Amino acid sequence: MISFYGYTDGSGSYFIVVDSDKCDGCGRCVVQCVNGVLQVAPVFIDLEDKSVVVVRDDCCNKIGYLCAQCRPEENQAPCFLSCSVGAIKCVFDAC
Amino acid sequence: MITVGFDIGTQSIKVVIINDNMIMARVQTFVGFDPVQALQNAVQQVLKAANIVQTDVASFTATGSSVESTLYNAAVVSMMSAIAKAGTFYFPNARTIIDVGAEEARAVKCDDRGVMVDFVVNERCAAGAGAFVEAMARALEVKIEDMGLLSLKAERASSINATCVIFGESDVVSLIHKQEPKSEIARAVYDAMADRVSSMIYRIGVNPEVVLVGGGAKDVGFVASLKRKLGVDVLIAEFPEYAGALGAALIGLAKCKVSKN
Amino acid sequence: MIESNSAFWRWQEYQRVMPNMSWSDKDIVTVGVDVGSVGSKAVVLVNGKIYSWGITRTGSNSPESAAKALDWALKGTGLKQSDIKYVVGTGYGRVNVSFADKALTEIACHAKGANYIWGSGVHTVLDVGGQDIKAIRCDDTGRVTSFLMNDKCAAGTGRGMEVFADLLKIPIEDIGEMSLNVVEEPPAVSCTCVAFAKTEAVGLLRKGWSKEKVLAAYTKAMAVRMSNLIKRVGLEPAFVVTGGQSKNVGIVSRVEVALGVKCLAMPNWREGGLDPMIAGALGAGLFAKALYEKSRGI
Repeated sequence: MISFYGYTDGSGSYFIVVDSDKCDGCGRCVVQCVNGVLQVAPVFIDLEDKSVVVVRDDCCNKIGYLCAQCRPEENQAPCFLSCSVGAIKCVFDAC
Repeated sequence: MITVGFDIGTQSIKVVIINDNMIMARVQTFVGFDPVQALQNAVQQVLKAANIVQTDVASFTATGSSVESTLYNAAVVSMMSAIAKAGTFYFPNARTIIDVGAEEARAVKCDDRGVMVDFVVNERCAAGAGAFVEAMARALEVKIEDMGLLSLKAERASSINATCVIFGESDVVSLIHKQEPKSEIARAVYDAMADRVSSMIYRIGVNPEVVLVGGGAKDVGFVASLKRKLGVDVLIAEFPEYAGALGAALIGLAKCKVSKN
Repeated sequence: MIESNSAFWRWQEYQRVMPNMSWSDKDIVTVGVDVGSVGSKAVVLVNGKIYSWGITRTGSNSPESAAKALDWALKGTGLKQSDIKYVVGTGYGRVNVSFADKALTEIACHAKGANYIWGSGVHTVLDVGGQDIKAIRCDDTGRVTSFLMNDKCAAGTGRGMEVFADLLKIPIEDIGEMSLNVVEEPPAVSCTCVAFAKTEAVGLLRKGWSKEKVLAAYTKAMAVRMSNLIKRVGLEPAFVVTGGQSKNVGIVSRVEVALGVKCLAMPNWREGGLDPMIAGALGAGLFAKALYEKSRGI
């Protein structure tokens, strides 16, 4: 399952995208995240609660601000760089 | 040499007249129904205030988010270059110049010669501009000019989840019902806005000295929140809301001097 | 059989028991409860088939609303709470369903419910509620393959439409039809931000635009926003629109144009069909059955 955490508003689109089929819940990205945006939590997939990385509920609507310092639009975000299985990426396009 | 700059925004028009590097006069007026008429009136007023006539003016330069007409044979320059010029005019060591107006926010990065090297702009989401504070002040039933001082009375901020002007209004109303002090709600409003403006600035980097211009610079509540958020001192230019018009006039002046030589 | 409460709101509280259905002690009775910000829905399933449902308004007290929705759904079925094998709660107030065995996100439940209502051909669901927009993609079994939820910005939501209805002084239920009442489709307003679009609309009215034309320009911008959200998760037909704004023909028809795909028609719930409003609760009830069977090793 591909989860888009974030939002689109008048200023642009800001999403952290997690592929829960690829994510093994190792938590490296959580450690790397400077703003505490990420956590490993159970997600209901195929009747199981699989531990994968998610964006914290209270951060989803602030991704555009919380993640701005990591320059996600240039693929420099530590979460993205730390993932060895390609399960997390940042899709930021400010207009 | 005398030059005039005007900044035509969505709500107001600002006109500045300078003689070399001296500000002679400045005028602000509402756009109203007829922007052309409003601009002409403002220019007449500013000429009168400076005690000169139109033929004394070497050049007119226009900028602003709603600049359309080419009245007075004015050259048009971007708001980015105008605020960069004005910011470095006031503070020669300025590297980051932030402009927060009612309907837009932008930031410019300058190199050590005052030349713009990068910029970022938000003019499409009201939650990142002065309009957010205006709407929340209405919901709080506080005059917009009182919001800043009110917020400074708070030691802490309430928690506002909404990140949209429309949703924020109902959020503020429910905080009022919960009997949260208005000062703490006001501080939360400024913190939320400072969050959004600073996230925009992070994209070009926070390089001191940081200068704030535009109407937002006159709001003590916003300035306090922005300083806290950025963790650096934020310098405020004199008459910050005229920065766009002043920058335009300064650019016009520089061009005239170049062509004269 | 429809029993309805007073109709002082935009939709009625009601309850329904499906005809020609019965249950015995041997059957697996499961329940899904969806506590939304506006309505609370409960669906009772017997062996994974809909038996009955109830829809009530969510009051200020979510736990009570959840219990009330279930009471309504059980009315006339002869079922007692003790006959229910498994309950799944979902929706924004899902943690307040005190009698639930498990809470699940509304995304998973919504897709599962849409799969039941419209069939396995449904692969894309656009749900537009009062305060959020969800774009969900799912496979033939209703399993979510991709989703996003936008609740940061009012553009396109029911709340955003209300702002325009207020501005133009038009009843909210009429704005869809009115927005289509234009000779030629005007260009979309340039700002999707509701606050700025409002300013832009005032300017257009001053210029002499009719209310219908302003509404068309705004509705178009909102529809473009929604179709962009769908494109992000990937559009795969068949496509359905659910939630309050599915009744806004101005929005739905423009989303169809922007995507180049027609959406499937709503079931006529007044004449025996399933009410799309119960999609989330229905999906929760289906998961309840699957989870019960799994726990029993069935």
